[in-house]
Amino acid sequence: MTTTAPQPAASGTRSTEKLLEVEGVQKWFPGRRGGLFGQKGNPVRAVDGVTFSLGAGETLGLVGESGCGKSTTGRAVSKLIEPTGGTVRFEGRDVTKLSPRQMRPLRRELQMIFQDPYSSLNPRHTIGTIVGSPFRIQGEKPKGGVKKTVQDLMARVGLNPEHYNRYPHEFSGGQRQRIGIARALALQPKLIVCDEPVSALDVSVQAQVVNLLEDLQSEFGLAYIFIAHDLSVVRHISDRVAVMYLGKIMELTDRDTLYENPMHPYTHALLSAVPVPDPKIEARREKILLTGDLPSPSNPPSGCVFHTRCPKYKNELSESEREHCRTVEPVLEEKTPGHEVYCHFPQVRSDLVVGEPVTGQIRTTKPKVA
Amino acid sequence: MTDTSLADAPGTTTAQRPFLVVDDLRVHFPTDDGLVKSVDGLSFELRRGEILGIVGESGSGKSVTAQAILGLHKGSKAQVSGRILLDEQDLVPLSENDMRGVRGDEVSMIFQDPLSSLHPFYSIGNQISEAYLVHNKVGKKAAKQRTIEMLQKVGIPNAAGRYDDYPHQFSGGMRQRAMIAMALICQPKLLIADEPTTALDVTVQAQILELIKELRDELNSAVIIITHDLGVVAETCDQVVVMYGGQCVEKGTVDELFDRPEMPYTWGLLGSMPRMDRVRQERLTPIPGSPPSLINVPKGCVFNPRCRFSDRVEGRRCFTEHPDLLETTGSTDPRVRHQVRCHIPPAERQEILLTEIRPTL
Repeated sequence: MTTTAPQPAASGTRSTEKLLEVEGVQKWFPGRRGGLFGQKGNPVRAVDGVTFSLGAGETLGLVGESGCGKSTTGRAVSKLIEPTGGTVRFEGRDVTKLSPRQMRPLRRELQMIFQDPYSSLNPRHTIGTIVGSPFRIQGEKPKGGVKKTVQDLMARVGLNPEHYNRYPHEFSGGQRQRIGIARALALQPKLIVCDEPVSALDVSVQAQVVNLLEDLQSEFGLAYIFIAHDLSVVRHISDRVAVMYLGKIMELTDRDTLYENPMHPYTHALLSAVPVPDPKIEARREKILLTGDLPSPSNPPSGCVFHTRCPKYKNELSESEREHCRTVEPVLEEKTPGHEVYCHFPQVRSDLVVGEPVTGQIRTTKPKVA
Repeated sequence: MTDTSLADAPGTTTAQRPFLVVDDLRVHFPTDDGLVKSVDGLSFELRRGEILGIVGESGSGKSVTAQAILGLHKGSKAQVSGRILLDEQDLVPLSENDMRGVRGDEVSMIFQDPLSSLHPFYSIGNQISEAYLVHNKVGKKAAKQRTIEMLQKVGIPNAAGRYDDYPHQFSGGMRQRAMIAMALICQPKLLIADEPTTALDVTVQAQILELIKELRDELNSAVIIITHDLGVVAETCDQVVVMYGGQCVEKGTVDELFDRPEMPYTWGLLGSMPRMDRVRQERLTPIPGSPPSLINVPKGCVFNPRCRFSDRVEGRRCFTEHPDLLETTGSTDPRVRHQVRCHIPPAERQEILLTEIRPTL
């Protein structure tokens, strides 16, 4: 990391620093044995070299299909699981090697909201206990007492403070998600990793929670890592978006560029596959169908990990170009300023989301074939 | 293929009489807490070759409707009334035994969760060929041959080699394909897909929807897709029924419904969806509150506790009088009339849509 040249981690001068810097983070899970007496299998490369950074108050969307490693990335950077490689710097400080005990003070700054509002709340605890637990764990005595603070938090996220003594089963899915949000907010963190926070909710309730997250962000200056598979929600809430496939980031850029001028063939397929609630637009959009299934992350393809399913590889490239895709792995690099792409032959497509070119210009970046 | 009636048709789809008529369907479940009115007076018609979308949130009665059409409530405590005419035969009074002849043969269903709808102890091939063996007088060999054909048709690579695989050896998308193969092996004239793609990733969803459309074209079947995703509806359906609290609150052709939605609940659904095709400057406009209890359905209009526009109707009629599902003005398609269940007069609804709703979408 030589690009940002962070100042020595003196506290107080963090305004110009990135809040979170993730560099080459890997999470390989030990492979399963092949049978009763089989040898150790290949490790499962759930996350394989992910690099991104996040400024204070910023939202980074992390999208991809199931099994692409987006949740594992969220957990690795928040240190719920130990990354097996790479570094995570939080406010300029390397937290990769910290033990759970050493991490504890940092938990004030770095919280998480989980996908399933049913399994992420202890059914035997009251809402008051659940939302108040961060204070207990951190040994903090908020002004006005824990109960008062918890009730203020409950009111802030749109729950009735009188329900302090109720249990999780007495709440609907949307309300439970609000409980999870109140708990994450309790210590006024700087970063919240939201792992599919609205996926389990109905669309009208989902909108309530999305609005709440946006309000809280502007009120408390929170940064979010917003993990989701719903590309519409991600476009709505994110400042920048990273598209993941097979444990790697395929494309990383600001929101509008990603949706209007995506460059990576996988992003193209992903965007073209999301139906838009407008039959007129739907009728003229091109669908890029991917063939085949996701390769196993314990045995990823050689070269570019996407080449086995890449429509461009299959239909457009010459044999020598294909050879290049099969043997040389691309790196995630800036193709245009602020637009990082993991592809040897990126190409801007601006017609995929609305069915006609957004800007009208189609650029082709010439590949650098050795 | 013993069924020859399938060979008729392509091209004659438009001028047909309806193939499925659901008329005043009610499905009520008696419980200790009271009568749960899951579906309360639902009517629609569907022709062969058409795709109908049923949209609504959880608990709006869309899945119960599908189960009622398949006769899955027979033998339970549920009280089913009204008529379900499939090719002019009423399915409601049929016995479980007679229904079994219809189910899987003329009508079949794709369920939401492919893992829990496939039996883990039987091989995929075994489970798919079972339906074919039951409904056709063929031997096991022929059934296996047919199953492999179907697996190929739904895009399972190396179908013959995977015939003996078990569900856990298939990925999510492949399981859903296997479910579709199972649903289609007897070439049903009516296919009901209950949230067929909700558990799937978008790229797989696109493949599955494409497959359903292809099969519709090939077999000229009628299809019902149940979903909460208005994008899926816009992509695949010809007509739409919007359900809320067990009732149809708006229905029409897909173009009319997206072009000129008139029921405040439909506005609410459209307003709560983030859009992928544009950046919304405004905040989302969620529907306040939560869905109604189906035991104590609100008096008057079922949507009134969450409706922002009930003050536009004089005399608190929204709270006292249950609105009928009435045809609105300017409905263009003679076969699928645009109907809305709302007390606000049509002209005023269209005005609200133009001035207050459209700019925020």
